[in-house]
Amino acid sequence: MENEAGALSRVAGLFSARGYNIESLSVAPTEDPTLSRMTLVTTGSDEIIEQITKQLNKLIEVVKLVDLSDGDHIERELMLVKVRAMDKDREEMKRLADIFRGNIIDVTDKTYTIELTGTSSKLDAFLQAIEHSLVLETARTGASGLGRGERILRV
Amino acid sequence: MSIELTTEAVELTGAEITIRCLQEEGVSHIFGYPGGAVLFLYDELFKQDKVRHILVRHEQAALHAADGYARSSKKVGVALVTSGPGVTNAVTGIATAYMDSIPLVIISGQVPTAAIGQDAFQEVDTVGITRPCVKHNFLVKDITELAPTIKKAFYIASTGRPGPVLVDIPKDVTQQKAAFHYPASISMRSYAPVTNGNTRQIKKAVQMILNAKRPMIYSGGGVILNDAAAELTELVRMLDFPCTNTLMGLGGYPATDRRFVGMLGMHGTYEANMAMQYCDVLIAVGSRFDDRVIGNPKHFYSEERKIIHIDIDPSSISKRVKVDVPIVGSVSEVLKELIKLLKASKETADAHALQKWWKQIELWRARDCLKYDQSSSVIKPQMVVEKLYEVTGGDAFITSDVGQHQMWAAQFYKFDQPRRWINSGGLGTMGFGLPSAMGVQIANPGGTVACITGEASIQMCIQELSTCKQYHLPIKIINLNNRYMGMVRQWQEFFHGNRYAESYMDALPDFVKLAESYGHVGMRIEKPEDIEGALRDAFKLEKQLVFMDFITDQTENVFPMVPGGKGLSEMILV
Repeated sequence: MENEAGALSRVAGLFSARGYNIESLSVAPTEDPTLSRMTLVTTGSDEIIEQITKQLNKLIEVVKLVDLSDGDHIERELMLVKVRAMDKDREEMKRLADIFRGNIIDVTDKTYTIELTGTSSKLDAFLQAIEHSLVLETARTGASGLGRGERILRV
Repeated sequence: MSIELTTEAVELTGAEITIRCLQEEGVSHIFGYPGGAVLFLYDELFKQDKVRHILVRHEQAALHAADGYARSSKKVGVALVTSGPGVTNAVTGIATAYMDSIPLVIISGQVPTAAIGQDAFQEVDTVGITRPCVKHNFLVKDITELAPTIKKAFYIASTGRPGPVLVDIPKDVTQQKAAFHYPASISMRSYAPVTNGNTRQIKKAVQMILNAKRPMIYSGGGVILNDAAAELTELVRMLDFPCTNTLMGLGGYPATDRRFVGMLGMHGTYEANMAMQYCDVLIAVGSRFDDRVIGNPKHFYSEERKIIHIDIDPSSISKRVKVDVPIVGSVSEVLKELIKLLKASKETADAHALQKWWKQIELWRARDCLKYDQSSSVIKPQMVVEKLYEVTGGDAFITSDVGQHQMWAAQFYKFDQPRRWINSGGLGTMGFGLPSAMGVQIANPGGTVACITGEASIQMCIQELSTCKQYHLPIKIINLNNRYMGMVRQWQEFFHGNRYAESYMDALPDFVKLAESYGHVGMRIEKPEDIEGALRDAFKLEKQLVFMDFITDQTENVFPMVPGGKGLSEMILV
C-alpha cells in the first residue's frame, strides 16, 4: 500500500466497521520507500474472505493485495518473551529455548529474555510449553509472510 | 521594461490555487457556508465570478444541495465548509451521498497545520470523522500537493463507483504560495477502475438469457449514475422481458412502458416482487440486493433461479446473494456488449415460455396492489402524487424526504427519464428533500422542481426556505401533512401494538404563515376536490416557491409491505 499517513487507519477502520476480525497486523515500509507492506492475518468463511479482499482492494491506498494462504507460502513471527528464570527453572528455560531454537538475548539474576522466531503456532506452542506463571511479559510482532518459490508480489 | 517577460509560473496562494482548480474543473456552482478556517478561500471566491457560491443556512444543506445538483446534472457536486462544526454538520450529507454513490468533492477548512492536534478552536479530526463515509479523503499539509490533490479528488469522485471525496485544507496552506500548475490528467497506481466487462462472462450471460423461461431484469442506481438508461431500455425492449427498478433506479426504464412492473422491494408492487421471487433467470444491473430490496436473503434464495449480476463494484457482487454470472464493469459498456452479442446470436429466447410468463405477470398485476380509496372525503396522499404527476405532465424533477411520502412518490409518480427522481435511498436521510431540490433547481434553472415531503422531514431543514428566497428558487413543496411521522406510525401500528411512541407531531407550525414569513407563497389544501386546482395554481407561479400544505388522512399506510426479515413473496397487501 501507499506509504502514507492514514493508510493503516483506513484498513483498521474497514475491519471494525464491517465486523471482520484482525488476528494480527504488521506493517513497515518496503525497499521502495513510497510503499509499505502490510501482512494481515484474519479468519472467516470463503465468502467473508472474498468480501474482505474486495473491500480492501477498494481502498484507494491499497496498491496490490494477495491472499498468501491461496498458495504455498512462508510466514514468520518474532516474539520477545521475558521469563522468570530462577533456581531449577533457570536451566529448564535455557533448555526449552534451545529446543525451540530461540536465543536468550538478555539476562538478569532472575530473568531471561528469549527471542523466538517462527510461525505463530510455534510461538503459541512455546508459550504453552513453559509454565504460565513464569511468563512475565511477551511482545509479538504478528505474522509477516512471502509466497514460496518464484511467487512474488510486485507492484 | 515590465516584468511580464518572465517565464516562471506565477506563484499563487493556496486559496487562489483552490479556486483556480475549481475553475479548471469547470465548476460553476458550489454550496457552502463560511467560517474562520476558510476565510482566505471565501476571499478568493469574492474576487472572481466564474464559480458561483450558494450560501445555505446549515452545512447539512450544502451537502444535500451539492448532492441534488450532482444527481440531476451528471456533474460533480461541490461543497465548501469550515472546520469543526462546519464539518460535523456536513457529515450527514456526506454519508447520504456515500450510501447512494454520488460524486461530490467537499472542500473543508482545517485549523493551521501547527495547531492540528492541539484541540484548537473549531478543530476536529475531519479526515478521521469522515473516513468511513467517503470514497476517499485527503489532508493537504504541503501546498505543492494542493492542486494535484484536488485533481485526484475530482477523478476519484467521478470514476468507477462514484462517491464523495473530501479535501481538508489547513488555514495556513491557503495563505502560503506556490507555483500553480493544474495537471491535465492524473493516473494513480493504486486506483484504476475497470470499465469493460469480461467477454467470456458476457457470453455466458447471453446463453443464460437465451435459455430463460421466466426472465426478469432488475436495475438499480448504477444505471442512473452510469447514464445507461438508453442501453437498459434497448435491452428490455429487444428481449421483451419484464423490468423492475429499485428505489434508486427509478427512471432507468420508462415507468409508463407496459414491460415495467413497478418498483420492487419492501414497498414494491406485488407483480415486481412475485416476478423477482419466481423468475428463473434474474439479470441484476447496477443494483446490490439491498435488504430493503430483496428482504431476507434466505427467503429470497431459490434453487431454480440463476443470477447474472452486472456492477462496477466487485464488492457489491456476491455480498448478500450468491450469483452465477458476475460481470464487473461499467453497466453501460457491459449492456452495449450484451446487446451486440444478443443481436448477433442466431438463437432466440423461448417465445412460448415468455408468453406464458407474461400471462402470469399480468395475473399478478391484476391484483392492483396500489389501489386506495379514491372516494375518501379526506385527502389520500397517493392522490396528491397522482395529481402532481398529471399536472406536471410527468416531466418534473421530484425530490423527496424520507418516510411514507417517499414511498408514495416512488409508487405513484411515473418516471420515464433518469435523473428526475432524487431521494436518499441508502441512508434514508430526513431533511434531504428541500436542500436537494435547491441543487436540482440550480443545475436545471428552467426545470420544474417539486419536493414531496412530510411535516416531520421538512422541519429538519426548514431553514433553507431562506436560501430559496435569496436565490429565487421556485421550488414547489408538496407537504403531505398527516401530523405523524407516518412510517414510524405505520411500523408501530403493525409491529408494536398500536403504541405510537413519540411519532405524533404535536405543536406544528402554521406552514402557510411560515412560508409567507420567508417571503414565499403558502397554501393549505384540505379537501380532495381542491388538490388539482391548487396544484395548477401553484405551478402557474413559475417564479415563486409555493409551500403546499396538504392535510392528509392520518391513518393511511403504505402497501404492499414486506415486513422486515421476510421474503419478497410474503407481502402484506391492502
